[in-house]
Amino acid sequence: MLVNILQVAIIVLIIGFAFVVPIGTYLVRIFTDEKDTFLERFTYRILGINSRDKMTWQRYSQAIVLSNLVFVVLFYATLRLQDFLPLNPDKISPAPTAALAFNTAVSFVTNTDWQNYGGETTLSYFNQMVMITCLMFTSSATGLAAGIAVIRGLSQSGINDLGNFWVDLTRAIYRLFLPICFVLSLIYVWQGVPQTLDAAATATTLEGATQTIARGPVAALESIKQIGTNGGGFFNVNSAHPFENPTPLTNSLEIMSMLLIVPALTYTFGTMVRARRQGWVFFGVFAALFIGFLLIIFPAEQIGNPLFTQVGADQALSALQSGGSFEGKEVRFGIAQTSLFVTATTAATTGSVDAMHDSLTPMGGFAALSEMLLNVVFGGKGVGLITLIMYAAVTVFLVGLMVGRTPEFLSKKIEAREVKLVSLALLAHPFMILIGTGLALFWPHGVDSLNNPDAHGFTELFYAFTSVTANNGSAFAGLNGNTTFYNTTLGMGIIIGRFLAPVLPMLAVAGYMAVKPRVPKTTGTMSTNTVFFGVLLLASILIIGGLTFFPALALGPIAEQFELVAGKTF
Amino acid sequence: MTVQPRSSFVRSLLIPAITIALWMIVICGVIYPILLTGIANLLFPYQAQGSLISVNHKIVGSELIGQNFTVPKYFHPRPSATTTTDTPPKPAPYNAANSGASNYGPTNKKLIDGVKDAVAAYRKENGLAADTPVPIDAVTASASGLDPDISPANANLQAPRVAKVRNMSLTEVQQLIAKNTQGRQFGLLGESRVNVLKLNLALDGAKTSS
Repeated sequence: MLVNILQVAIIVLIIGFAFVVPIGTYLVRIFTDEKDTFLERFTYRILGINSRDKMTWQRYSQAIVLSNLVFVVLFYATLRLQDFLPLNPDKISPAPTAALAFNTAVSFVTNTDWQNYGGETTLSYFNQMVMITCLMFTSSATGLAAGIAVIRGLSQSGINDLGNFWVDLTRAIYRLFLPICFVLSLIYVWQGVPQTLDAAATATTLEGATQTIARGPVAALESIKQIGTNGGGFFNVNSAHPFENPTPLTNSLEIMSMLLIVPALTYTFGTMVRARRQGWVFFGVFAALFIGFLLIIFPAEQIGNPLFTQVGADQALSALQSGGSFEGKEVRFGIAQTSLFVTATTAATTGSVDAMHDSLTPMGGFAALSEMLLNVVFGGKGVGLITLIMYAAVTVFLVGLMVGRTPEFLSKKIEAREVKLVSLALLAHPFMILIGTGLALFWPHGVDSLNNPDAHGFTELFYAFTSVTANNGSAFAGLNGNTTFYNTTLGMGIIIGRFLAPVLPMLAVAGYMAVKPRVPKTTGTMSTNTVFFGVLLLASILIIGGLTFFPALALGPIAEQFELVAGKTF
Repeated sequence: MTVQPRSSFVRSLLIPAITIALWMIVICGVIYPILLTGIANLLFPYQAQGSLISVNHKIVGSELIGQNFTVPKYFHPRPSATTTTDTPPKPAPYNAANSGASNYGPTNKKLIDGVKDAVAAYRKENGLAADTPVPIDAVTASASGLDPDISPANANLQAPRVAKVRNMSLTEVQQLIAKNTQGRQFGLLGESRVNVLKLNLALDGAKTSS
């Protein structure tokens, strides 16, 4: 037990203390550097971009949308034309249907990586390596750029200049993602992740059967999958597959990769808006939520499923086994590493899984689901910080209403226009999740896709719409999402979850805030860089999230917990 | 107030959006993975190809991928929920071309009944008393369906059966288990585990090459 708590604690402490300041500082350097490197200058020349051009929030948003649109069209085309493209040594056919290709294209372009297919049976090496690996870089760089743009907006006064999207995208990839991923990929290969263009291997097992072993250029994808908080697996079972995640070391590195950049962004924020304490308050709120959810998942999975004990299985932790609820988990990780992975992947909107979330205990599933519902437990590249800033604006507004003051944040007045935009972003998220879940329930044959009955079946649906809208991508994977209805509605959820909540409205807020003059601090100003404000912010997040989603949670995981305690099966 | 040059939509947005997409596909989708493939196969050729184990120059499996063992003389892996790719899918344990899990929820009757049956089968196979608790990993399907490992607790309970069928002493089998048990990585990470394929190869006394 002690070793298990110790390994979780060590990984969490490395994330919390070793990464935040160095990476945060490095991010500031990347995005404020006046000089371009040689490779960057060369790139801008080829692309015909003037790296000194500044973009207003309108321009910046247009660039993001257009660039994403181009990628969606390209990826949709290569998916549909897979049969005619090279690098398909296993002759995987037929190509994805129109609905599946739409869903997959929007999913990977927006950093969601929801997958209604199994990688090794559906996609060629061309689509896995050339398209998906590339999109994992560009989509995470896009999210990061959006986050940086919002920070720039908040740090300015009197100008509308969020930076240059093309430059931010290029620098994020050249200076951050590519170097880290190259090194990490080699470590993964050393640990056993394949990196080959050869077709699947054929083995004759000791009992004489033939076993076809799918492999491919996995390591190149695996590193950016985690570093970019993308989460789309090369194989159907994602990071649970021994080729994606062969050892406890790779599992630990994958966990740390997810939380390498996002927590550090709070420090980047603090530095760039010249309000370091504000950054630390944000970090504190993120960390408190993270630890809170970890403390739900870990014990729930370790205590396990009482029904297993009733039928004679031994779930007790000992020196010889990790015990716990072990359906859909892997021996090499055990409960400790698995719990931390579950907490991290639903926090950082990565969505890769090293255990099947569908088979988590009800409270484990509840915590994973809740992290995505709140969407601010660190959150995705850039987007997590944007969402937290959004909640901060709501908090100062609510508190302002209570005490009758004009709400201010970072010495800028928050007025009707900003509050409306924030509310739009805040409402788009639950609107899509709840309407989508409701629609699936009464759509003809909608519930035919479920793999589990009763409360758990409802959770499967609820989880799917939450995951896509939060741009997470993890799944209660029993749900068969590869139908025209789910491919389409979940694809719509992805688009709304990315652009309406929160990226575009918050870029607008940042743009409007940027042109406002700073108001001088008075005795009436509520300071937002205190522990007290951190607690208020945390309370606002939990109250808004709770009020919005409690009824649905009560029908799903909470109901199932009561059923489990009562010993009922369905 | 605005620092935006009034360049046209096409020139400053559409063309860069298209060219940057194509450029990044070349950099991140072609050059990066191809370069990595070259270096990885140079430095770690065995792992880069999938950690394939050969006996007498014939591939018998991958050390990282579980395979199905059913006869009593071999140690048995965990239950696997992988299937064929047919519609509807048929059970095909340890199908390494189509990884998958049961995805049964904790209150699903199929899950609990499956564990109940697996417990009974495990006790019968290994000659255990009717009230012996069975290690959880022996009766639950893994996340990948390809879990190469079992817990030491599971291996210890199977040892007497294997020893009996093979006319070996229990101590010999236990020594082989110990030899093929991997501790926590760096003494800290993950869990102790027994690689089933490697253990069974050791039982057969096979000379492996990679």
